Amino acid sequence: MSERAFRIWRGTAAGGEFGEHRIDVDEGMVVLDVLHRIQAKQANDLAIRWNCKAGKCGSCSMEINGRPRLACMTRMNLFADRETITVQPLKAFPVIRDLVTDVSWNFEQNKRIPPFRPGPKGSDGQYRMHQKDVDRVQEFRKCIECYLCQDVCHVLRDQSRKDAFVGPRFMIRLASLEMHPLDTADRIPAVRKEFGSGFCNITRCCTEVCPEHIEITDNGIIPLKERVVDRFYDPLLWLGRKIFGR
Amino acid sequence: MLNVSEIQTFEHDVLVIGAGGAGLRAAIECSARGLSTGLVCKSLLGKAHTVMAEGGVAAALGNLDRRDNWKVHFRDTMRGGKFLNQWRMAELHARESPDRVRELEEWGAVFDRTKDGLISQRNFGGHRYPRLAHVGDRTGLEIIRTLQDHAVHKGFGIYMECTALDLHLDAGRIAGVLGYWRESGRFVLFRTRAVILATGGGGRAWRITSNSWEYTGDGTAMAYEAGADLMDMEFTQFHPTGMVWPPSVRGILVTEGVRGDGGVLLDSRKERFMFRYIPEKFADETAATEEEANRWLAGDKTARRPPELLTRDVVARAITQEVSEGRGSPHGGVYLDIASRLPAETIRKKLPSMYHQFKELAEVDITRQPMEVGPTLHYFMGGVRVDSDTQMSTVPGLFAAGECATGMHGANRLGGNSLSDLLVFGRLAGIGAEQYVKGLGAAPRIDEEQVRSAVRRATAPLNRDAGANPYVVHDDLQGVMGRHVGIVRTEAELLSALKELDRLKRDALGVKAPGVSQYNAAWHEALDLRSLLITAEAVTRAALMRQESRGAHTRLDFFGEREEWQKVNVIVRKAQDGQMETRAETRPGPPRDLAAIAHASIEDLEAGRV
Repeated sequence: MSERAFRIWRGTAAGGEFGEHRIDVDEGMVVLDVLHRIQAKQANDLAIRWNCKAGKCGSCSMEINGRPRLACMTRMNLFADRETITVQPLKAFPVIRDLVTDVSWNFEQNKRIPPFRPGPKGSDGQYRMHQKDVDRVQEFRKCIECYLCQDVCHVLRDQSRKDAFVGPRFMIRLASLEMHPLDTADRIPAVRKEFGSGFCNITRCCTEVCPEHIEITDNGIIPLKERVVDRFYDPLLWLGRKIFGR
Repeated sequence: MLNVSEIQTFEHDVLVIGAGGAGLRAAIECSARGLSTGLVCKSLLGKAHTVMAEGGVAAALGNLDRRDNWKVHFRDTMRGGKFLNQWRMAELHARESPDRVRELEEWGAVFDRTKDGLISQRNFGGHRYPRLAHVGDRTGLEIIRTLQDHAVHKGFGIYMECTALDLHLDAGRIAGVLGYWRESGRFVLFRTRAVILATGGGGRAWRITSNSWEYTGDGTAMAYEAGADLMDMEFTQFHPTGMVWPPSVRGILVTEGVRGDGGVLLDSRKERFMFRYIPEKFADETAATEEEANRWLAGDKTARRPPELLTRDVVARAITQEVSEGRGSPHGGVYLDIASRLPAETIRKKLPSMYHQFKELAEVDITRQPMEVGPTLHYFMGGVRVDSDTQMSTVPGLFAAGECATGMHGANRLGGNSLSDLLVFGRLAGIGAEQYVKGLGAAPRIDEEQVRSAVRRATAPLNRDAGANPYVVHDDLQGVMGRHVGIVRTEAELLSALKELDRLKRDALGVKAPGVSQYNAAWHEALDLRSLLITAEAVTRAALMRQESRGAHTRLDFFGEREEWQKVNVIVRKAQDGQMETRAETRPGPPRDLAAIAHASIEDLEAGRV
């Protein structure tokens, strides 16, 4: 057991400041364990959002020493012995209180995405898909909606263009639908226009912070961008649309 | 005086409380049937405990073994539940789960595939054939996301980070629900004709649990306070394999899929001890030697199943005994070894989140080293007593589905039968609620004085000047339940627990939550204490009453199953005087056709002779 120093942002949308805490830490603890100990012993009303404490629900997203992380998967031995640990709420979303932010914008985006539309079943009443054809979609479906990718996305975080770009999480959701072997809907025009695929400039920050290690940029966003390019910027198709008017 | 008309109010035909698999499926059904529907989530949508389910969803699709069908699934479920299951529920579940799984596929779920491109299925404890449709070891996430993405396009009300506090009745029927928003700390009133509880269990009353913070028995406690019967509360499932090290992750689930895919349990001498714990009833269908178990794993259909895949109650007790007799691992568990059984690449592919979880939280590489595991409180077989077909409780208009309801699993649940339970009975609760609402005359009315007194009770921890720390009371409760109401129980221990619970109830009445009501974790903790304590007391009293050992309920002072106790369920309810009363109620005899299936030999079932 050793004593560690924590700086935790406390406040509301109206403003706030860092609170300093010194607290005993046991072997094997993660940052969320320490926050709970601080909550139980020193700051009873500290607001934290968390659920599973096993990296499966994506609730305890916050910024720890400047990096977006899941508090439940951030082990204390990641930090140097005397390092002060600074914990802040996600920057890309409005603060509700302390470490809890208002992520409702994300739920609104999900609603805008045209739902899954499967084709007809086979003659035996079953759908058939082969494993190699669903591996990629399953990779995207590992997403736990922690929104760390949304938090680091420059378009959302620095440029505040939530009006124009749906963010990496929902590019991945779109990709999982577009690449689903049974799906028949066409979302490519919307990927370009309503969802703003062109805003992503492929800095791969989202991929770097993904706790599920989803290759967001390379496997999801870039293939979607390619589909948009093939559809809208292919010279032959462009000519065809001019002539046939579609 | 508080003016009730100033509380934010919503009106619905049906309010579903809880947004895990059962709640989402119920809300989807209600909405599809044209009812005005609201869904209350204690957390954000998609974060409920269903997300933690790993191994799979049980359904007799027969994709991997054509001999499988609903009858075999039903038989497995009854045997696993030690014949205390509600026969009709186990039947409905076994018959309908294949359709519910295929429906998920129609809604976009992407299960792992067989070579023929069908939904793949894996072996699991107590299931005769490979039966669990799965997605690696993150099946729960797939199910909740599929339901969530389907639900958000249906246009019903979704109330996130909203906690339900009390059910309100009009002449004994459901009339409304009072809750509060976490974000603002303000109260919210739902006027509704029916309520479907889908709040899960109450594992947070124990310290070593796989459950997340939400699992405080809210639905169980609200139903109890509203006068509903609870049943089978003594049956709390300890999952045999939770993490044991480091201390801060103790209890986190290690999927049974590890054993389904060939993992073995070893004691400190590296012996496969489960061969020494095969119950007589299961001896005919369990491998006698390691050689036979290995042949079964390789696909030899004449070989019998490895003993590691016995039901959870058996495996959890065996581990407890190994540890208590000094053959445990350094941190008080046993070893679960997959590293020496499968190539590293296969382990990473089939059990990716287990690999990840051990690597990141325990610095153990499960492709090279064995895991250390031990029992963890995982699931409530008991809960709100419901009608098997409609899922209505003994309170008109109050329904329950999923873990917070009872009857489906009897004395012990088979792995994989929970995800299918959520889907089957979530849907049936929706249908039951529709029938009830359509048959209801005038809208029920909420008694404003009742609402005022509920608000006063809820705000007391904020308003009093000083009092006990709610975190300390909760921690105290977890210690009591761990010490006295664990995996093996005695009358003396249970009586000590009741005495301690009396003390804790008094403490809970005087807790203080400092600060304001907006997103105040101490206040939430203070409010959850009531549900936790009711749930804990119900488990303890029911456990005291059942004088036998059956399934997940083990009494050291009443060894083995007793014939007379198979004929009764323990009912818990709130008596007229406000005290908790328990009684043993005789079960109706089983329908003859179902009894014939449950007791048939596997040969007769497979040959179609039953």
